[in-house]
Amino acid sequence: MCQFENGAFQKKESSNFDFSISKFSNYQIFKLVTMNLKLKIWRQKGPKDNGKMVDYPISGISPDMSFLEMMDVLNDQLVEKGDLPVAFDHDCREGICGSCSMYINGEPHGPGRGITTCQLHMRSFTDGDTIHIEPWRAAAFPVIKDLVTDRSAFDRIIQAGGFISVNSGSPVDANAIPIDKHDSDRAFDAATCIGCGACVAACKNASAMLFTSAKVSHLSLLPQGQVEARDRVLAMINQMDEEGFGNCTNTGACEVECPKGISIENIARMNRQYLGAAISYSPPKATGGGD
Amino acid sequence: MSEFREKTSIVDARVPEGPLANKWSEHKNHVRLVSPGNKRRIDVIVVGTGLAGASAAASLAEMGYNVKSFCFQDSPRRAHSIAAQGGINAAKNYQNDGDSTYRLFYDTIKGGDYRSREANVYRLAEVSASIIDQCVAQGVPFARDYGGLLDNRSFGGVQVSRTFYARGQTGQQLLLGAYSAMSRMIAKGGIKMYNRHEMLDVVLVEGKARGIIARNLRTGEIERHSAHAVVLATGGYGNVFFLSTNAMGSNVTAAWKAHKKGALFANPCFTQIHPTCIPVSGDHQSKLTLMSESLRNDGRIWVPKKKGDTRKPIDIPEEERDYYLERRYPAFGNLVPRDVASRAAKERCDAGYGVGASKMAVYLDFKDAINRMGEDVVASKYGNLFQMYEKITDENPYKTPMRIYPAVHYTMGGLWVDYNLMSNVEGLFVLGEANFSDHGANRLGASALMQGLADGYFVLPYTIGDYLADDIRTGAISTQTSEFDAAEKEVKNRLHQLLNNGGTKAVDYYHKKLGKIIWEQCGMSRNAEGLKQAIADINAIREDFWKNVRVPGTEGELNQELEKAGRVADFIELGALMCQDALDRNESCGGHFREEFQTPEGEALRDDDNYAYVAAWEYQGAGMPARLHKEELHYENIKMVQRSYK
Ligand SMILES: Cc1cc2nc3c(=O)[nH]c(=O)nc-3n(C[C@H](O)[C@H](O)[C@H](O)COP(=O)(O)OP(=O)(O)OC[C@H]3O[C@@H](n4cnc5c(N)ncnc54)[C@H](O)[C@@H]3O)c2cc1C
Ligand code: SF4
Ligand code: FES
Repeated sequence: MCQFENGAFQKKESSNFDFSISKFSNYQIFKLVTMNLKLKIWRQKGPKDNGKMVDYPISGISPDMSFLEMMDVLNDQLVEKGDLPVAFDHDCREGICGSCSMYINGEPHGPGRGITTCQLHMRSFTDGDTIHIEPWRAAAFPVIKDLVTDRSAFDRIIQAGGFISVNSGSPVDANAIPIDKHDSDRAFDAATCIGCGACVAACKNASAMLFTSAKVSHLSLLPQGQVEARDRVLAMINQMDEEGFGNCTNTGACEVECPKGISIENIARMNRQYLGAAISYSPPKATGGGD
Repeated sequence: MSEFREKTSIVDARVPEGPLANKWSEHKNHVRLVSPGNKRRIDVIVVGTGLAGASAAASLAEMGYNVKSFCFQDSPRRAHSIAAQGGINAAKNYQNDGDSTYRLFYDTIKGGDYRSREANVYRLAEVSASIIDQCVAQGVPFARDYGGLLDNRSFGGVQVSRTFYARGQTGQQLLLGAYSAMSRMIAKGGIKMYNRHEMLDVVLVEGKARGIIARNLRTGEIERHSAHAVVLATGGYGNVFFLSTNAMGSNVTAAWKAHKKGALFANPCFTQIHPTCIPVSGDHQSKLTLMSESLRNDGRIWVPKKKGDTRKPIDIPEEERDYYLERRYPAFGNLVPRDVASRAAKERCDAGYGVGASKMAVYLDFKDAINRMGEDVVASKYGNLFQMYEKITDENPYKTPMRIYPAVHYTMGGLWVDYNLMSNVEGLFVLGEANFSDHGANRLGASALMQGLADGYFVLPYTIGDYLADDIRTGAISTQTSEFDAAEKEVKNRLHQLLNNGGTKAVDYYHKKLGKIIWEQCGMSRNAEGLKQAIADINAIREDFWKNVRVPGTEGELNQELEKAGRVADFIELGALMCQDALDRNESCGGHFREEFQTPEGEALRDDDNYAYVAAWEYQGAGMPARLHKEELHYENIKMVQRSYK
């Protein structure tokens, strides 16, 4: 039997891809409520430039836009005027890659909990608001341009030990070692860190303890990760210090601003492991030679 | 020379002889090896740090090759693979539901509507189980049951539970696993990482890929990098549509530059439109958000039975709802493959049954699942997806059904590769979504992650040795040669042109225009007339772009508009090729639905007598039609039948 009313699959004019807002007729009632805002944005030409806050009035912003879409509108206007658009990091625009990193009205990733900048929507603001937009501020995250910072220090912390030493090839069957679901779930919770750096930006000491402890916890909660646990925690904390991140004074600001809800329990767990490892640690003896 | 026989044509995949189930192990036993001492003398460039690139880079470095890795993000961990939600397939048969290598192979071939290469797909199914072992060993926290063993869910187009997952963040966890393996090798010196770098050309020396030209995106500097082989794992080209579920930076540039240097581009019109995405809300939209296919395990898709019904969904009684997938496809119901589900949604909306303000949406309803399992269980399975939906739409999916509509998601087409994953350009290997190899005309859910990791952990590390065995005495490749000079000059000229053409329109203006044409004429359904018009329109966009685009700033600095401009310029050329390919294929198969070729029920109508081939296109110059090479597909183990999910 034919399931189609007109017997065949036909192309229709309207599509998912209409750029004219007028198509969305019922919606217009809400949509026509647009906002005028005053943006104050950090502009810095390059790593050596001093940088300053610059004012940009913007109008016609829909509450359904994401914050970054609002920035797109601003940038298109700047380009059309022949000005330089505001540089900012972004990629997935769905809160998972950890690229976006704006300090909005004094908070990393802006108002709202459990979200990244790209998940912030303009409905969180009201008409006439002034919005301050700055880059992450931390000695270990130098500004490259405007709102773009260099977060490669995080990569180096992972390189110091944030892995399990296993080569590709022929590992044992995945179900050979059952893992307690609770441990596995807690490991997962820690592993959801997106490496955005909001914890550092939120901390008055610019400490990277939340980030580092999330990786340490993820791996050490799993049996596969326990073999190297001691060396790992020492190496990662050592690298963290070398990168110039500050000390942790337990203010908990990081946990509040973390878009992934990484808990400061991880910091406590890492501290315990670190103390244990530091006390029992003796440098490995030189090996090599022999047969 | 290699054990591998000589090529008989430009598109000879050189599939090993022998029975299907033995091909891969036999091949591995016979490919040439490079000894550990010699590996140290060999450099390999890997462009891309998604699942395919990161797993390849880590594996090659562990084996002893000198690897140089590139990505355009500020960290390899941010590659687009990070966003994959639902899961990864593997024929483990942990659920004892009759799964096997053969079934995964069969489902993938059938799901791809008989347009993929048997031997490659079989190998993929064969290595799938090892992927899960590898990832668990790295510490990837897959979901487990209370007995501590790994849990599975089902995805579309199959009747077994073989999908492994880590809540709705499977891609993140898998990529962080591969990234950690890479990080370990970076620390050991086996990989040199170049983040914030964009490859802008591949350099051929005597016909072989011997290096790349890259732009340091932080300083704007143009750099030369040489190696004995170049691996592209640069992802898919879905952003040609402007709006897609891909990350903003995903692009075709690396693959397109290789295409211009002679690499064949296969099946470019095979794109996947994913059925469950959050609908467009207005013209400010910059990207679309996927709602994972896993939701179709428990969510039911429906529209009102009455045309133009404006009641709230919860006010529409059960008997006035049309669960059209369950009605049309009783055997698979809500779990039909993506192409089928997407077209069915479009059909209902086009016929006037769509919901929401735009009327271009259908409902995905969890009411029954919540009644059956309780809100807690639903939350534990899909919590982060529900939350994501609510953040974007301001609606609570526990209380009211989600509104969804199809959106561009994945590209099955890509650079042509042989059984060894080498393109027709010697020494240029292509992995992951960037190649065309395993998914035919439609990819099954949870199979892209599987393919990316199969390519990088388990296939390339073996096959690349066969090629590199000839290079143990070559010595380092110099970058001070005329080939590098010429490639660098070309790259610089192009950047210069983009920055200095005195135009007036922003890059996005062109990208949106291009996207609209491709979506309408080369999207969920296509016809000859529309495609011909699209080619003419795209050629006009290309000319206008090069005359009137405005790119501010300079070359010697971080310049995101310049990056975008280069990518859009390549998308424009690719768009024309997609339409040419779609026009040439006078049949419907998988995601390629030509209105002229359909069954009376509106299902895709294949033409196996004339189109059972891979269309591999050779570049002939911008604005010129490309030249077609056909790789005939031979099915020795599977009988080609009309796909049915009824
Ligand atoms: C939202 C979403 C959800 C998905 N969910 C699933 C799922 O549940 N299961 C599944 O199997 N599949 C899923 N997919 C598909 C899957 O995620 C992708 O196909 C896969 O991750 C692609 O991996 P890749 O390694 O080939 O490329 P990518 O992950 O896209 O990586 C590309 C890499 O190449 C680099 N690159 C690109 N161009 C250049 C250049 N010119 N110069 C330098 N570097 C460059 C990038 O920096 C990046 O590192 C999903 C896709 C999307 C969009
Ligand atoms: S711990 Fe949270 S805030 Fe810090 S990097 Fe990870 S996700 Fe971002
Ligand atoms: S852009 Fe990826 S997390 Fe915001």
